[in-house]
Amino acid sequence: MNDFTKYLAGRVTAGGMNRREFMGRAMAAGLTLTAAGQLFATSAAAQEPRKGGTLKLGLEGGAATDSIDPAKATSQVMFAAVRTWGDTLVETHPETRAPIPSLAESWAPSPDAKTWTFKIRKGVTFHDGKEMTVDDVVATLKRHSDEKTESGAAGMLKSITAIENKGGDLVVTLDAGNADLPAIFTDYHLVIQPNGGVDKPTAGIGTGPYKVKSFEPGVRMTFEKNENDWRSDRGYVQTVEMITMNDATARVAALASGQVQFINRVDPKTVSLLTRAPTVQLLTTSGGGHYVFIMHCDKAPFDNIDVRMALKYAINREEMVERILGGYGKVGNDFPINDTYALFPEGIEQRAYDPDKAAFHYKKSGHSGPILLRTSEVAFPGAVDASVLFQQSAKKAGIEIELKREPGDGYWSNVWNVQPFSASYWGSRATQDQFYSGAYLSTADWNDTRFKNETFDKLLISARGELDEAKRREMYREMAMLVRDEGGTILPMFNDFVNAGTKKLMGYVSDIGNDMSNGYVASRVWLSA
Amino acid sequence: MSNSAEAGGSPDRSLRERFPLAAIIVERCLLSLVLLFAVSVLIFAGVEALPGDFATTYLGQSATPQAIANMTAELGLDRPVATRYFDWLGGVLQGDLGTSWASRNSVSEQVANRLGNSLFLAGFAAIIAVPLAIGLGMLSVHFRDRMPDKIINVISLAAISLPEFFIGYLLILYFAVDFGIATFPATVYEGMGFLERIQTIALPTATLVLVVLAHMMRMTRAAILSVMSSAYMETAELKGLSSWRAIVKHAAPNALAPIINVVALNLAYLVVGVVVVEVVFVYPGMGQYMVDAVTVRDMPVVQACGLIFAAVYILLNMVADILAIIANPRLRHPR
Amino acid sequence: MRAREIPITAWIGLFGIALAVFCALFAPWIAPHGETEVVGGVWQVPDDQFFFGLDNLGRDILSRLIYGTRTTLLVALAATVLSFSLGIILSFTAAVSGGLVDTVFSRFNDLMMSIPTLIFALVVLAVLPQYLVVLILVMAVLDSTRVYRLGRAVALDVAVMEFVEAAKLRGEGKIWIIFREILPNTLSPLLAEFGLRFAFAILFLSTLSFLGLGIQPPTADWGGMVKENKDGIIFGISAALVPGSAIAALCICVNLIVDWLLKRTSSLKGGRGDA
Repeated sequence: MNDFTKYLAGRVTAGGMNRREFMGRAMAAGLTLTAAGQLFATSAAAQEPRKGGTLKLGLEGGAATDSIDPAKATSQVMFAAVRTWGDTLVETHPETRAPIPSLAESWAPSPDAKTWTFKIRKGVTFHDGKEMTVDDVVATLKRHSDEKTESGAAGMLKSITAIENKGGDLVVTLDAGNADLPAIFTDYHLVIQPNGGVDKPTAGIGTGPYKVKSFEPGVRMTFEKNENDWRSDRGYVQTVEMITMNDATARVAALASGQVQFINRVDPKTVSLLTRAPTVQLLTTSGGGHYVFIMHCDKAPFDNIDVRMALKYAINREEMVERILGGYGKVGNDFPINDTYALFPEGIEQRAYDPDKAAFHYKKSGHSGPILLRTSEVAFPGAVDASVLFQQSAKKAGIEIELKREPGDGYWSNVWNVQPFSASYWGSRATQDQFYSGAYLSTADWNDTRFKNETFDKLLISARGELDEAKRREMYREMAMLVRDEGGTILPMFNDFVNAGTKKLMGYVSDIGNDMSNGYVASRVWLSA
Repeated sequence: MSNSAEAGGSPDRSLRERFPLAAIIVERCLLSLVLLFAVSVLIFAGVEALPGDFATTYLGQSATPQAIANMTAELGLDRPVATRYFDWLGGVLQGDLGTSWASRNSVSEQVANRLGNSLFLAGFAAIIAVPLAIGLGMLSVHFRDRMPDKIINVISLAAISLPEFFIGYLLILYFAVDFGIATFPATVYEGMGFLERIQTIALPTATLVLVVLAHMMRMTRAAILSVMSSAYMETAELKGLSSWRAIVKHAAPNALAPIINVVALNLAYLVVGVVVVEVVFVYPGMGQYMVDAVTVRDMPVVQACGLIFAAVYILLNMVADILAIIANPRLRHPR
Repeated sequence: MRAREIPITAWIGLFGIALAVFCALFAPWIAPHGETEVVGGVWQVPDDQFFFGLDNLGRDILSRLIYGTRTTLLVALAATVLSFSLGIILSFTAAVSGGLVDTVFSRFNDLMMSIPTLIFALVVLAVLPQYLVVLILVMAVLDSTRVYRLGRAVALDVAVMEFVEAAKLRGEGKIWIIFREILPNTLSPLLAEFGLRFAFAILFLSTLSFLGLGIQPPTADWGGMVKENKDGIIFGISAALVPGSAIAALCICVNLIVDWLLKRTSSLKGGRGDA
């Protein structure tokens, strides 16, 4: 369970939760804070927030090994915790994922987008009473990017060559133009700490709406309202308590009995049963995360495109969404992008379960004998069940899949990205570019399907520099088609973020950025009387 | 006895003969230290042999090779295995269990907290379960082959045939969700009053009692039945002792050895084996702590937990053996 | 012993086990649906067609229960018998020999018990190939440490009795003493333990499967079936209760036979017979 969530969180956030759309950015950067706040409020139902009370959250994904140091925050609980006590320079819009100001008031790139200047908000104080300065910001970014860093955000900051305080502004210099820099600064690792947290990384002192009161790793974390919060449109409840509950049934029971007001990761199979309880409301958000079966395109028998095609036709996507996601998700089309991304290539024909076509390709490939699929409980929730369904649907096409359940411990080091055919999971990335660069470029760090296609690589590079939206969209369509028809990804489904709360919980914002209202759940909601 | 000591000559021998029980205890304690050392070596080697190292596992896929290298260097994981082990051992011998690689907190502090919770829950469950099991066992012998015996048997067998989580969920469903009379989750934390604590752990305690009850009860029943058929019990009955008194006064004391051992096994289970119950009831005990540490290969924590678990087993086994010797004086002078 | 002397409870036990063996042998012929076949909705309630309803994937629970008898019986029985043989032979040897042999065996046993099961299982997993035989052996070895503790305790009590001393003075060998003197006199607690270990083995199997050491999916085993359907328990879905009850029923059957054997052994020893 823990192994899974740790990696899950790591992978969800590895690419940052940033918004790439260059056009939208300038406009978004100009958005005032009040406007952003109003947006939250309107999208959250027009109601006056009620202040006070204790909000208890029962969350999956905490462990005794959790660290309060944001550089090392990897678990779901730490993700939500960091969002509660700290602030990043930039936030994302919950509906469009466009960057909006937070501790940075505004920003502007140089014409080549290599040098960025950020105006830092004044009059913001840390929880210890000290005023936040540009030097604190510089120190924070340096701690996450210098050569001694142990930060989970280091990968995203690789291209930074200089971080400076120039006349009271933050100036960041890159080795190449990158239009996505503000979006990178929304990453939750990058909360601003006094002197960058260099002196005491685990102090838990930030500028956020709540102060850390107590922290027992893997058990419980409590917060108290920061009375000097620089924003008034958040932090409605007086105290927050995050309880680590790694058992799905325990979370549901705690919610049903009213012991907590919010839980994450509701098992999709039990959603319909859960919503029968009169006190419970479901809080779902669609996202770009997806469950996959990955084949290595360079290893037998998957080096044969007909074997890959046969398996893609042999999976019953509707059945998977129904039985594994309980209907809380959407069918996939064998490429990793869905309509939560900008420039989503619409109108690509949906691949369907077709035992005849599968049998045709399988026969054409000349392969015979069982195909070994490795799976594990930790690959994604319901992965073993999904593998069994896959095995059954393939059987009807005359394809024999042999299942091997691998131990959860060490699955990500020994099986995923190592064995030629396995079950896995991908979180959403901010942009199509970021996703493809991370997992489908020939030289990508996590090219777990060994997809090496020159045409694709060229398209990816030119799309990155293309400012004409129509042209860019066309390029992304071509890339999607290449992955869909030639790649090693069998992508049966995109999963929704399924959370739940009691009916007393008001103002929940469905944020497509990430799970749990992009981690901001504690500071965005209030409790009705 | 003093005669034989003088005859034996050597002072060591005389001590051994004069205080046979004390001698056994001292010997066992010394052996236990050796055992603990062996356990620590085995656990260290075992976890070391597992695929995946700390830095890679802990940082996950968001890690850059640079960050992994930095963390490895900072923690000194690039040094040879033997060096690291003896470093750790040196610390332990000075009473320092080290610092968790993951949370960078003192292991002793965290372990003390978790161990306290585990012992509290286990102790509470044991206080209820052990007397209840032995009482029911004797009751079952008393009514043997009649209705009460059969009912006790079938219910206890059904209880152990269901996994812990099953019993736990059922208790939660009825007592916490439907009736709302029990506290859930059973998370205890510092600053909680004693009474509040007891109230909080009611459900996990009930689950544990149900899980361990049958084993001890069945063993009590079998062991007493075994003694009941021996000649002196016949005598006791002929003397006109009522069956219940015969069971309590004569049979039970002579059936102690197997009962003590099964009780010890279950006590050990209560302390170290309740991960599932901890997870289901969200209880911060040792089990979950160790699982979390093994998952990311946080060696100082794994080692500390391993040592404590081993100590629990060794201690309980030793106590069981000694109690068995006390219960059966013939064992006191091993040939 | 003639059939009519067997008590009714023992008949129930024998019948239950015979039924399980029958299911195991003829599963493909008596199961109404396939072991892995998806036949309807998730957690569909029982009706005429599906006697026990459907499971977490929409498979027929009755059919999986029948197929599951195979692995469940085989693994639980093999592991329990093995762990018992191993535990008892070693513990009796230790008790009869005493001295150094006893110390070495017992402390080694302490050592084995002290290594946390999780670490033990993970290391085994990393080192050994994952076959059913390995699974059974691992379970047997882990369980035999517990049997050893009990075996040694009861054997030690008997080993110091006069009749064992007498046998030793007569010059009987260790094996003779173990099998002719100690075993018959310790049988009742050991048999009781056997009956319970059997249930533990079925449950342990499902625990191991989470670590990846258990039965490979989609093969059914009863403990695994309870686990697969556990998320429904809190909503009152009976899917997990069915295999759970099956385990309980099998366990009760085994113990009914154990009780009967217990009585037989006590009458064999020449104590007062039972009514």
